Amino acid sequence: MNIIITITVTALVVLYAGLFKAKKALLPLTLLGLFTALGFVVTSWDTNHVYYNMMQMDNFGLAFSGLCISGSILVFLLTQNYFAEHSENIAEYFTLMLFSLAGMIIMVSYKNMSMLFIGIEIMSVALYILAGIRKTNFGSNEASLKYFLMGAFSTGFLLFGIALIYGATGSFDLDVINEYLISNYKTVSPLFYPGLILMMIGLSFKVGAVPFHFWVPDVYEGSPSLIMAFMSTVVKTAGFAAFLRLFSGTFAPLHDFWLPPLMVIVCLTLFIGNVTALFQKSFKRMLAYSSISHAGYLLFSLVTISSRSTNDVLFYASAYTFANIIAFAAMIMVKQRTGADTFEAFNGLGNKNPFLAFTVTVAMLSLAGIPLTAGFIGKYVMFLNVMDRYQIYLVAFAILNALVGFYYYFRVIAAMYFKEGSELQLVIPLQYKIVLVFSVVITVFLGVYPSFILNLI
Amino acid sequence: MEQLLLILLFFPLVSAIVTACSGSAAKPVALISSLVSLGIAAVLVLNFIPDASLQFGINYPWITALGISFKAGVDGLSIIPILLTNLLIPIIILTTFKSGHKNEPAFLALMLFMQTGLLLVFTAMDAFLFYIGWEAALIPIYFICAIWGGKDRIRVNMKFFVYTVGGSLFMLLGIIYLYLQNPAQNFDIQAFYNLDLDAAQQSWVFWAFFLAFAIKMPIFPFHTWQPDTYTEAPAAGTMLLSGIMLKMGIYGVIRWILPVVPLGLTEWGMTAFILSIIGIVYASIIAFKQQNAKRLIAYSSIAHVGLISAGIFSLNAQGLQGAMIQMLSHGINVVGLFFIMDIIANRMKTNDIAALGGIAKVAPKLAIVFLIIVLGTVALPGTNGFIGEFLLLMGVYQVNIWAAVFAGLTIIFGAVYMFRTYQGIMLGKTNDLTLTFRDIQGSEQVVLYIICALIIVIGVYPKPVLHLSEAAVQQLLEQVNQKLISVK
Repeated sequence: MNIIITITVTALVVLYAGLFKAKKALLPLTLLGLFTALGFVVTSWDTNHVYYNMMQMDNFGLAFSGLCISGSILVFLLTQNYFAEHSENIAEYFTLMLFSLAGMIIMVSYKNMSMLFIGIEIMSVALYILAGIRKTNFGSNEASLKYFLMGAFSTGFLLFGIALIYGATGSFDLDVINEYLISNYKTVSPLFYPGLILMMIGLSFKVGAVPFHFWVPDVYEGSPSLIMAFMSTVVKTAGFAAFLRLFSGTFAPLHDFWLPPLMVIVCLTLFIGNVTALFQKSFKRMLAYSSISHAGYLLFSLVTISSRSTNDVLFYASAYTFANIIAFAAMIMVKQRTGADTFEAFNGLGNKNPFLAFTVTVAMLSLAGIPLTAGFIGKYVMFLNVMDRYQIYLVAFAILNALVGFYYYFRVIAAMYFKEGSELQLVIPLQYKIVLVFSVVITVFLGVYPSFILNLI
Repeated sequence: MEQLLLILLFFPLVSAIVTACSGSAAKPVALISSLVSLGIAAVLVLNFIPDASLQFGINYPWITALGISFKAGVDGLSIIPILLTNLLIPIIILTTFKSGHKNEPAFLALMLFMQTGLLLVFTAMDAFLFYIGWEAALIPIYFICAIWGGKDRIRVNMKFFVYTVGGSLFMLLGIIYLYLQNPAQNFDIQAFYNLDLDAAQQSWVFWAFFLAFAIKMPIFPFHTWQPDTYTEAPAAGTMLLSGIMLKMGIYGVIRWILPVVPLGLTEWGMTAFILSIIGIVYASIIAFKQQNAKRLIAYSSIAHVGLISAGIFSLNAQGLQGAMIQMLSHGINVVGLFFIMDIIANRMKTNDIAALGGIAKVAPKLAIVFLIIVLGTVALPGTNGFIGEFLLLMGVYQVNIWAAVFAGLTIIFGAVYMFRTYQGIMLGKTNDLTLTFRDIQGSEQVVLYIICALIIVIGVYPKPVLHLSEAAVQQLLEQVNQKLISVK
C-alpha cells in the first residue's frame, strides 16, 4: 500500500512543482519518489500484506511492481529534453505517467476483480492522454482516439465478464471464486464460461494479443516514441501480470476449458506478430509488431501453468523491458538526429557511434534470443515449460517463429554495421548513457546469471 | 593443474577484451595471447593421459533452478579439436599480418572471442553449456564475415546465419527433450548417456541434433549456404569457418549423437551415411566445373567433410579414428589452401584460374609450399591427409563396398581437379598479370612453412596423434554397442 501512496503523492508533488515553474526539480522529485517506492518494494518483501481483501502485496505483486517501477525510472531518465519539444507543461506529463504507474501497481497486486478494473482504468485513462500529447500532430491524435475507443471497448468486455462471473459466484474476490471452482468443479454455473472468455478477450486487448491487436501498430506509431517505450514495456508487463494472476491462480481449475482458445490466441499472436514485423520498413513499426510477437511468447507461460510460471514471466518481462528500452533510447536519438525512424536511419551507426551501436546490438541479440543475453534464457524457460507438457508441436512452431524473428532483428544490426550511412555525428546525453549502460549490464548479467530472478518468487 | 582447463577456456575471452582496447598494438597483442593459449593447450596435451577417462574436469553449479552446471572436461575425443583450435588461431591471426583490415582490434577480438566459444563446444560435458558455446562461436564469425566480407556479404551472411541458427534451435529442442526425459533433471552428458529411450524417441532426437550438425559441416543437402559464404567471407573468416568451425559439427556427431541416441542411429544412420557419400560425389563434380579457385576449394571441402562423416557413420574403429585425425589434417590443409588463395587474390585481384598461370616461375617458394599443401589435400602417402583418408575409406569399406568404391574414386577425382588447379595457377606461361607476382615473404613464409612442416610431420609420424584418441574411440564404440545390446 505504501508503494501506491508514495507514487501518488509523488505525482501530486510533481504537479504542484510544475505549477510553481520549478522545471529543474521535476525529474529529481520523480526519481526520488520512485526510488522510495522501490525501497518499499524491497522492505515489504515476504510480508504478504492483504489490504481489506482488496489488494494482496505478495511476492508476485511486489516483484512485478519492482519491475514496473524500474522500467519507469529508466523511461523517466529518457525524458531529458524530450517533452520540452512538444509543450511547456512537462509536469502534467510526468504526473500522468506516475498515475498510470500507480494504476499498474494495483493491476499487479489485486485480490478483487473490482480492483483489477480500477487499476486498468487508472492506468489507461492516463495513457489515452499521453498518446495524444502532440496536439497538432495528426498521427498522435489518431493514436489517442484509437487507443481510447479500443480501450473502452476492451474494458467493456472485461466488465461484462466480471459481471457474469459475479453472477455465477456471487463474489469479486479471487479466493472465493477459486474456492467456488474447486468445490463445484463438475457443476460450474453456465454463466461462468462466457464470463471467463469475455475476460480473456478484454485482457488480450490490453496486452495486444492477436486477433485483438489491431490498435497496437497505429497507436504505437502515432504516439510519441517515449510514450510508446512506456506502453510497450512497463504497461505490457503490468498487463501480463494481471493476466497471469487471474488465469494461473483463480481460473486454474478450469485450465482444460480455457486452454484451447488460449492456444489459438498464442499461435496467431506469434505468427502474425512475427511475419508482419518482417515486412516493416519503419523501425518503430517493427518494434510494435515485435512487441506483439513477444506477447505470444509471454502467453506461453499461461499455456503451461506450473510452479515456475511466475518466475518465468517475470524473467521474460525483465529481459524484454530492458532490451526494448535500449532500442527506444537509440531510436529517439537517431530520430532526433536524422529525422527518420526507418531501418535506413541506422545505417553506418557502427562507425559513427560504436558505443550506441554496441548497445543496440546487445538489445537486438536479446530480443532475438541469442545465448548469453537475457532474452535467450527468457525464451528458453518458455520453451522448456511448453515442452514439459508434451506440446512439442507448439514449441517447434515457436522455434520457426523465433527464426523469423532473427531476420528482422538482424536487419538493424546489418544496417548499423554493414551499410554506409551519412557522417552525421551523434552525441549521447549523459542520462541516456546511464540508461544504456545500465540496461546492457542487466541484459548480459541476466543472460549469464539468470538464477537471480529465476529463484526470486 | 586443476584449473588448467578453466584458464584455457577463458584466457582467450580476456585477451579478446584486451585486444579490443589495445588500438594499434592489436596485432601483436592478439598474436601473443593466442600463442599463450597454444602454450596452455600444449601443457594440457603433454599432461593428458591417453586413456578413455575424463581429465582436467571442472564442475560448478551455474543455473541451479534449471539444473544447469558449468561442467567441462577433456577426453580423447576432445583433445584433438582442442589442439586444432589452439594451433590454428595463432596461424590465422598471423595470416592477417600482411593484409590490413579496417578496425583491426575489433576484428581480432571477435576471433579470440570465438576461440572461447569453440573451446566450450569441444570441452562441454553439459548439454546446455555445449549449446551456449555453439552459439557463442557463431555470433563472432557472423560479424567477421558480414563486416569484413565481399560485395554480396549481407545477403549471403543472412542466409548462413539463419541456416545455422535454425539448425541449432532444433538441437536446442532435442536438448530440452532429453533434459525432460532425464530423471536427474540436469544436462549432464553422463546422465544423457544412461537415458532409456525407445527407438521412435531416439529417432526424433537424432534428427534434431543431426540437423544442426549437418548444416554446420555441411552435409548434402544442407550445404547450400557454404560455397557463397566461404567465397564472400574475408580470408581469415573462411579459414575459421573451414578450419575449425565445421569441426564443431563433426565433433558434435561423435560426442552427442553416437552415444546418446544409438538406436536413432540404427534407424537413420544409414540415411546419414548415404547422404554423406552423395555429398562427396556431388561436391566433387561441382568442384570440377569451378572457375574460381576459392570456390573450388569450398566445394572440395564439402567432399572431404562428406568422407569424414561417412567414416563416423560407418561406426567402426577405423572410421572414427580416421575422422579424428582427419579433423586435424583437414583443418591444417584447408587453412593453407585458403591462405594461398588470399595471397594470390591480394596480389592479382582475382582467383579466376583462367586469368592466372605461370606463377611458379616468379614465385618458387610459393610454388613449393602450394604443392606440398595440395599433396596433403589429395592424400598422397607421406602427407597428413593420407593416414586419415586411408582409415576413413577402410571404415566405409567395412559398411558397404560400393560406397567405398564411390568415395575412393572421388578421392582420385579430387586429385585430378586439385592438380588441374595447381597447374592452371602455378604452371604454364606467365602472363602479363602474373609477371608482377611477388614471392611470399615475412609472415606469409612463416605461416606456410609451419603448415608444410605439420603436413609432413603428421604424415610421416601420425602415431602420437592417433594414440591420443585411440582409447576413447574404443570406449565410445563399446558404449554404443552395449547400449544397443541392452535394448535388444
